[in-house]
Amino acid sequence: MNALAARRRHPAAIALLLFLGLALVGATYSLFAPKPAQAAVATADKVADGKALFQANCATCHGISAEGTKSGPTLIGVGAAAVDFQVGTGRMPLSAPNVQAPRIEQIKYSQEQIDAMSAFVASLAPGPAIPDQATLETEGDVALGGELFRVNCAMCHNFAGSGGALTRGKYAPALYGVEAKHIYEAMVTGPQSMPVFDDKNIDAKGKASIISYLRTVETQANVGGMNLGNMGPVSEGMFIWIFGLALMIGTAYWLGQKAA
Amino acid sequence: MSTAASARAADLRAGDPKSSAPASASAKKAGAVASWVDERTGIAKGASFMLKKVFPDHWSFMLGEVAMYSMIICLLTGVFLSLWFIPSAGQIPYEGSYLPLKGITMSEAYSSTLAISFDVRGGLLIRQIHHWAALMFVVSLSVHMFRVFFTGAFRKPREINWVIGTLLSMLALIEGFAGYSLPDDLLSGTGLRAAEGFIRSVPVIGSYVSYMMFGGAFPGEAIIPRLYAVHVLLLPAVLIGLFTAHIILVMVHKHTQYPGPGRTNENVVGFPLMPVYTAKAGGFFFLVFGLLSLVSALVTINPIWAYGPYDPSPVTAGSQPDWYMGFADGALRLLPGWLEFEIFGYTLSLNVFLGAVLLIPLMYTITGAYPFLERWITGDNREHHVLDRPRNVPTRTALGVAAITAYLVLMFAAGNDIIAIRLQMSINDITRAFQVLFFVAPILTFWVTRRICLSLQRHDRDKVLHGRESGTLVRTPEGQYYEVHEELNEYDRWKLVGFESPAPLALPSGKDANGVASKDAKKEIRRAKWSNFFFKSRVEPVTPAELATAHHHGEHEAIETPAGAGAQAIKQAKQD
Repeated sequence: MNALAARRRHPAAIALLLFLGLALVGATYSLFAPKPAQAAVATADKVADGKALFQANCATCHGISAEGTKSGPTLIGVGAAAVDFQVGTGRMPLSAPNVQAPRIEQIKYSQEQIDAMSAFVASLAPGPAIPDQATLETEGDVALGGELFRVNCAMCHNFAGSGGALTRGKYAPALYGVEAKHIYEAMVTGPQSMPVFDDKNIDAKGKASIISYLRTVETQANVGGMNLGNMGPVSEGMFIWIFGLALMIGTAYWLGQKAA
Repeated sequence: MSTAASARAADLRAGDPKSSAPASASAKKAGAVASWVDERTGIAKGASFMLKKVFPDHWSFMLGEVAMYSMIICLLTGVFLSLWFIPSAGQIPYEGSYLPLKGITMSEAYSSTLAISFDVRGGLLIRQIHHWAALMFVVSLSVHMFRVFFTGAFRKPREINWVIGTLLSMLALIEGFAGYSLPDDLLSGTGLRAAEGFIRSVPVIGSYVSYMMFGGAFPGEAIIPRLYAVHVLLLPAVLIGLFTAHIILVMVHKHTQYPGPGRTNENVVGFPLMPVYTAKAGGFFFLVFGLLSLVSALVTINPIWAYGPYDPSPVTAGSQPDWYMGFADGALRLLPGWLEFEIFGYTLSLNVFLGAVLLIPLMYTITGAYPFLERWITGDNREHHVLDRPRNVPTRTALGVAAITAYLVLMFAAGNDIIAIRLQMSINDITRAFQVLFFVAPILTFWVTRRICLSLQRHDRDKVLHGRESGTLVRTPEGQYYEVHEELNEYDRWKLVGFESPAPLALPSGKDANGVASKDAKKEIRRAKWSNFFFKSRVEPVTPAELATAHHHGEHEAIETPAGAGAQAIKQAKQD
């Protein structure tokens, strides 16, 4: 104990204590944190499976037959694509009531379960379907996609798809790392604040082009160097004030210290 | 040395300068060239005046230098860019090497900027140096301005130079705006569209001026070549002219210096331009150039290829001007919509006009007028070559901080959408908060800064009178404790006592000896009120008499009554 007491004023002691405290809190939380409900189903009928899943996990907000409640909209007529998008990107089930459902990396359901729920919602009334493989594999024209993106999407999602702010805490999310299927579904279903872009508005070729453009933006090399988050002049201004000025003052100070 | 020479050396009286060693061949040659030039231009006098000029050494005096070098770098890189840039709004399909834009119709200006970025060797690097240097120019110029303001370097005889600097700063904004509007990408076109709206918000003449500038309705084909002429010809000429006047006035006035032992209003303590500062400043230029090149090689600025060509229909989220125009954009975002009125069927858009048009000249008028306002309040007509420590003029420092706070609120307001998305807050709440902060924050920072300055001054006073707390505790035989205070040496003390703290003007009665009201009584009373505002809260510097008393007291303490010293230390600790 003496050895420990002697080191209690060691510079690392505070850091160590902090770490231990945080670890303890984290571990305790993970023990008591609520776990998502799981409805294990293995019947052959997809729609019935979906219905069971829906009633176990979604009905609280969307109503027992998806008619909607005060806490959630009706899902009659939203189509399979909407379910696939919302659940497939982790937005649903909603993690906490907020102005907007955030995209969450950890998806709660397997693709099979999502398909079942989609089938159930699609069985209620006709709506946009999940795009088939052929649609998603249509070759897009990057230049056309860029133009369509700037005209239809950039005002909210920013020129490079880095996202932008909407009113009252809502936002257009960044489009990096989103599956082509989900981008397509978002365009046809118009989730949350987003408008619907149906085939009369942007045809399948146009949609494929937008997806190709986003892929190109995401994968192309940063020719100019670090892109500072592709946020426009604000991040550039911040960079020059913080790093540029620090560099210059540091150099001036160093030079001033040099003997004449 | 020949015998004749040694005989002459013997003739020299003691104290006469000894003849130096004979000049080398190369020095002789240089001398010959110099006299050839001097005999034809008479430059020797001016050159010797310049080269012998003494400058004091301090890092904060080099901020203006950073601005000067950034400007020179902009000029150099600008020449390179002008070799390839085509200032034309003529529409052509893009056939360059950037694939995501292949075949898209765009202006020649945008296409040539893409060519500079992707097809001209080293073009992108030079473009990025040009843009980063432009941002650095305005940053360093602003910080240089802060330094001049907070140290009182704008006082007589430097008021004209302050005004010139203010003009340089304002023109730099316009030059920058003209520059980043040239490439005709989506962002710069949006900026021009906004500028067109601003001009139209000017009452009565707005729409006419807008039609004149754009040669018709927006966007037209005229604006890009016109902006180009402004950006590469008109404004650089004015900037260089004003900048030359700025530098010449620095030479004529001699450089200010921070207070210190041996530094007075009549001298400058430092090193001459030749050889010390020619080497240091020359080296610093290359350092600034090198660092800006490094930044430009590593960090993208204005990725015009990602923005796409300008087209009046789309606009991108996160459309902001470069940072130095941000405060005007922020003012625009903060101004409430109900400031738009309709008078006799005409719209008066004060919600746009106040922030986007009036703010810039208003801000620079106040800035440029400040030295004259302060002189009127203080009535100080003397020349000042020794700088103030910011804490020693609390009200000025506080005013400066308040002004910067208001500016910062506006500047951050321009990024309200970026703040909203990055910090996951509501853009409406952020805007509302900034609207309130614009009025509240300057008052708060004014008050806090003045309090900080005053307590720093009190701390200085305390240090002079009681010395530095050494941390050494002494126990007396009686069992009492006291801390030993080390006395400051004369050099350190000078910095803490060598300043003025004028008393505010007494409020005049407004009547002369016979009880007759004087003509300008109102004016005098107003001035006295301002003087009170400026000088009322103050801490006087320690006088020699006070110091002597304190020393006497201190000795007394140390030798005879350590109990007293101990008690005082406790009292002091309580005060702290």
